[in-house]
Amino acid sequence: MGRYEIRLGGLGGQGIILAGVVIGRAAAVYAGMNAVMGQSYGPEARGGASRSEVIISDEEIDYPRTLEPDLLAVMSQAAYEKYIGDLKPGGILVIDPDLVKVDDRAKKASKIYAVPATRIAESLGRRIVANMVLVGALTAITKLVPKEAMENSVKASVPPGTEALNLRAFNTGYEYGLRLLKEGEVEVKA
Amino acid sequence: MSEERRDVLTGTYFVIGDVAAAEGAIAAGCRFFAGYPITPSSELAEHMAVRLPEVGGVYIQMEDELGSMAALVGASYAGAKPMTATSGPGFSLMQENIGLAAMLEAPVVVVNVMRGGPSTGQPTKPGQQDVMQAKWGSHGDYEIIALAPSTVQECFDFTIEAFNYAEQYRTPVIVLMDEILGHTREKLVIPEPDQIRVVNRKRPKVPPEEYKPFEPEEDLVPPMAILGEGYRFYATGLTHNEQGFPRTDDPYEQEKLVRRLCDKIRRNKEKIVRVEEYMLEDADVAVIAFGSVARAAKAAVKLARKKGIRAGLLRLKTIWPFPEHIIERLAESVKSFVVAELNYGQIVREVERRVDYRRITFLPKFGEALHTPHEILEGIVRSVRGGKP
Repeated sequence: MGRYEIRLGGLGGQGIILAGVVIGRAAAVYAGMNAVMGQSYGPEARGGASRSEVIISDEEIDYPRTLEPDLLAVMSQAAYEKYIGDLKPGGILVIDPDLVKVDDRAKKASKIYAVPATRIAESLGRRIVANMVLVGALTAITKLVPKEAMENSVKASVPPGTEALNLRAFNTGYEYGLRLLKEGEVEVKA
Repeated sequence: MSEERRDVLTGTYFVIGDVAAAEGAIAAGCRFFAGYPITPSSELAEHMAVRLPEVGGVYIQMEDELGSMAALVGASYAGAKPMTATSGPGFSLMQENIGLAAMLEAPVVVVNVMRGGPSTGQPTKPGQQDVMQAKWGSHGDYEIIALAPSTVQECFDFTIEAFNYAEQYRTPVIVLMDEILGHTREKLVIPEPDQIRVVNRKRPKVPPEEYKPFEPEEDLVPPMAILGEGYRFYATGLTHNEQGFPRTDDPYEQEKLVRRLCDKIRRNKEKIVRVEEYMLEDADVAVIAFGSVARAAKAAVKLARKKGIRAGLLRLKTIWPFPEHIIERLAESVKSFVVAELNYGQIVREVERRVDYRRITFLPKFGEALHTPHEILEGIVRSVRGGKP
């Protein structure tokens, strides 16, 4: 498969960093691949910009930072504005359509998937698991890391006692992602 | 009945470099940490604060970095394998007692997760600006050993090696990490305990009444008694004789001691130095880099090879003692050098001591981020064109 770069962007409090940890841990610990993950966030506990990036490969990973993400998933308008320019032409864009409106710049993506992760999480009773909904959807969309490895990673990465809720969120997102794949990407109105 | 081992946590993990270094320390036998948390090394201290009590060790949060380093020297003499972790500003404050550790030949390990300087600089950004401070930070003539990991796995492996070097040569050992490595998560495989090589300091072979605490053996390293075991000695930062007593106006003792402190490392340089040579066999141009930058350099070498440029990488796994003998050998086979580092010229000075500066293309970077592979590739292209863009 070679090197695959993922960048996740959003706001502090949305679990963007943990989403990256789950994906990287699934690949590195539970799927026998290599993964490198970096993160950055503002000084605020909630509401500031938050970013995580994961590089996955079945080979040695030399450069430890994303250069041109193959996949960009954004959960805030600010993250979209900041990172859409970096997306690899022909890459995949994933948005939470309730939080992000795309424009002409999104046309560089070969596919755009709308995953209303926050709304789905609210329907499960806890908005805080929107990140696991997103991770589930990304698992279905990219098929990079086996679902079982991702589930193991969710269990190992979330606070004890919250595994069931987070797995439910992950699986709901996964099913949503499968449905998107079947129905095709969203129509993007620039 | 076997209790679960809590010192070597055999398994596969996805952790940051700071945590990997802490686990490496514990696996090497470190049971004492004294420090003052500072970005980007704080996670290392935090992890030690949690882990050391689990293995019967001691974590002390000190009043400052001067005290931290002093506590390390004392703990070392009490028989512990001690460690601290810091970054640039704290590393500066530790220098006085790093010199004391060198003079007292106290095995200690200092991890410096480098950030942008000078002064408090850029706390959350990476740097490689403490290369020279690691070697020349304290006053007087002494040699030091410094290792430079490039991956999270190496943060674990090299910290073990740092303790082994400290114990073997009775010297402070510096682990030079950087913010990227400290805060990047990556796969860490902790092996079975019997797969980990652990070196312990030499102990006296003579009874207490015959013991001279600074009498070296053939390798120039004196066996080390532990405080409280009945061996009497005097330890001072003043120039001392083999008994440990001050000899402040004796030129013979001064020369003998300083030569030995330096030569115990200089003479073993070829045993201590570690490098990775990547695609250098047929290379026209050699890139020299270490730490996170070496990963960008390796990516650049691959890009250069795709363009038909015969580039290779010399990655420094140890910085001090400097691998001059390897640079000299390389200078015979390659036409030019590229030196990439996250500072305004430190490793490049050492390379210039062995190679004509006109053969060197220097790529400084000031640390808001890592060099990109393309930036280093441009340097490689410039280098093979004889320095012209």
